[in-house]
Amino acid sequence: MKRIIAVMLTGIMTLSLAACSSAGSAAPAGGGASSEGDVIRIGVFEPSTGDSASGGKKEILGMQYANSETPTVEAGGKTYKVELVYADNGSSADKAPSAASELVGKDVSLVLGSYGSGVSMAGGPKFEEAGLAAIGVTCTNPNVTAGNDYYFRICFLDNFQADVLANFAIEKFSAKKAYCLGENGNEYDQGLVAFFTQVFEAAGGEVISDSFPTNNSDFTSYLNKAKSEGADVIFTPVSIAYAKQIMEQAASLDIGIPFLGSDTLDDNMVLEATKDTNLQLFVSTFYQEGGSETFDKGIKDYINNNSDALTANGGNDTISAVTAMGYDAYYVALEAIKAAGSGDKSAIKGAIPSVKWDGVSGSIAFDEVGDAVRDTAYIKTADTSTGTWAFEKVQTGSGK
Amino acid sequence: MEYVISVLLSGISVGGQYALIAIGYTLVYGILRLINFAHGDVFMVAGLMGIYFTAVLPISLSLPLVILLTVLLGFTIERVAYKPLRDAPRMSVMISAIGVSYLLQNTATYVTGGQPMTYPTIPFLSGTVNVAGTQTKWVVILTPVLVLTLVVLLSLLINRTKVGMAMRAVSKDFETSRLMGIRINSVISVTFIIGSALAAVGSVLFFTNYPAITPMAGAMPGLKAFVAAVFGGIGSIPGAVIGAFIIGICETIIKGLPSSWDVSVFSDAFTFALLILILVFKPQGLFGEAATDKV
Repeated sequence: MKRIIAVMLTGIMTLSLAACSSAGSAAPAGGGASSEGDVIRIGVFEPSTGDSASGGKKEILGMQYANSETPTVEAGGKTYKVELVYADNGSSADKAPSAASELVGKDVSLVLGSYGSGVSMAGGPKFEEAGLAAIGVTCTNPNVTAGNDYYFRICFLDNFQADVLANFAIEKFSAKKAYCLGENGNEYDQGLVAFFTQVFEAAGGEVISDSFPTNNSDFTSYLNKAKSEGADVIFTPVSIAYAKQIMEQAASLDIGIPFLGSDTLDDNMVLEATKDTNLQLFVSTFYQEGGSETFDKGIKDYINNNSDALTANGGNDTISAVTAMGYDAYYVALEAIKAAGSGDKSAIKGAIPSVKWDGVSGSIAFDEVGDAVRDTAYIKTADTSTGTWAFEKVQTGSGK
Repeated sequence: MEYVISVLLSGISVGGQYALIAIGYTLVYGILRLINFAHGDVFMVAGLMGIYFTAVLPISLSLPLVILLTVLLGFTIERVAYKPLRDAPRMSVMISAIGVSYLLQNTATYVTGGQPMTYPTIPFLSGTVNVAGTQTKWVVILTPVLVLTLVVLLSLLINRTKVGMAMRAVSKDFETSRLMGIRINSVISVTFIIGSALAAVGSVLFFTNYPAITPMAGAMPGLKAFVAAVFGGIGSIPGAVIGAFIIGICETIIKGLPSSWDVSVFSDAFTFALLILILVFKPQGLFGEAATDKV
């Protein structure tokens, strides 16, 4: 009896495997045919699981809204339907290369993403090998585009962002001593801390920095250390999940030192953690609600009329800067397709450097490395009584 | 001085939370000679249940429900994944445990969408208190007290009751106790029930203190609790508790050392280096019995 069951199970498994492989080989073949026809696929390389899932989902939201607004593109005298193809890079540099290969295999014309520099750097070589252009949306580490001819981006860079924040700390708080905390081995965190240290020390300040191990949950020791060292500001350019924990623990410790955060901290979940506390949090970001009224109204309607979008946005209709950036990235991609005149990936790659677009987050153009030319960042602060972001100022860097 | 107190306080509370998980590891190992890798994930699931239940039920009702369902989960895991392998080589059970661990993590990823979830604030436990000039949460103070109370109760159970006597007998000699008429399966179930209940209590304390739960939230505390259990001598309850406090306190001290020394990043490395050292120099742990092979 047992033997019969075993044989049957083996049979079923083999059959299901065979079914998988035939389905798997059929899809790309069909895809190849239709991309010659009237559909252009745009790969979305974003995290929808892991530490940065919350940010990735909001960035996708911007692209989806833009796609619902403009679902077709006219290129080379033909109207193409634009289809978004998703791959989850799991917020982890280990999973990113396979997610990138998945997109290459699905025959997309170009790629948007990712949220998070580490995953973009891990996936970048796969796109380069396949001759596929990628447009980074909010990956701010310089090494994403440096040395990779196929990676472009529409946001500012970390050295600029760190410069802006260091200047803000000096101008607003007359800070002399800063405490920096980042995740060990995370390129985004460590890059920002290093740039911040450079600028802050050049201005005569003193920097103390620490790194915490991945999956760390006790931040009270670090925060108490910052307090006992007499830091004037705490700079925490960390992922959302950690930022949320740091804010929650700082609130219970009554830390009393202002926090500075990078673009990752511009997230509803972090904002929620500061509500009804006496924390001071300032973040640098790409977009502030109110920047474009038509976009604000449109995306809010979209979020409120779509329960999946509402969940992805953390249950409310506060607009994250990354959503605005995702929206702009989609239109930059459409411009590139128009300029290339088809869905051909090498033509698109050749067309991107000359694309210019006036997006909701400002005007976008590319320099010779493939980075966007940007010279201002928005600083906003968490209003702890209402639980919303308040606009602080438009900050420029030291211009070094 | 204030700073030293604040570091020690977080060390003691971290240690207490590891201790509650470590007891689960050590009990199961003592009886089945099985390292239950799914234990850390049971802890994480208990945390998630806490989030979902408090959203719809009052806290006074949801917390007992969390403990009850966690116990049920631990019991079911044992019945479904370990019991059918009772006579299989020990390695098969261990692999089954790893499988359960992945199943729980991925189910949690599916349910939560992989986003960090916020643990609800529990009145009183989340409240703040001032100890010698440093502000902290009540849960930090209460954790060690609660841990010690539970350990005393557990030792009473093991040393003074019939079930406890059966547990001791089973851990000494599995086969003989079966021949003596002890119902092995119910003793093992009791072990899993106790371990899971402690993990559920641990999850309430841990996540009140560090309120973000991701599907991987159980992995690190689980691993460290396992190291604590090995360090204290796996199979020994006082050993697991003392091991957990030592690891918790050392870890926070290392994190709290001046940044200019550049050692704070090694807090996790320290824990695992400790594991290697103890295995090399005192494999039976601080309080474990030296294994004697019967011929």
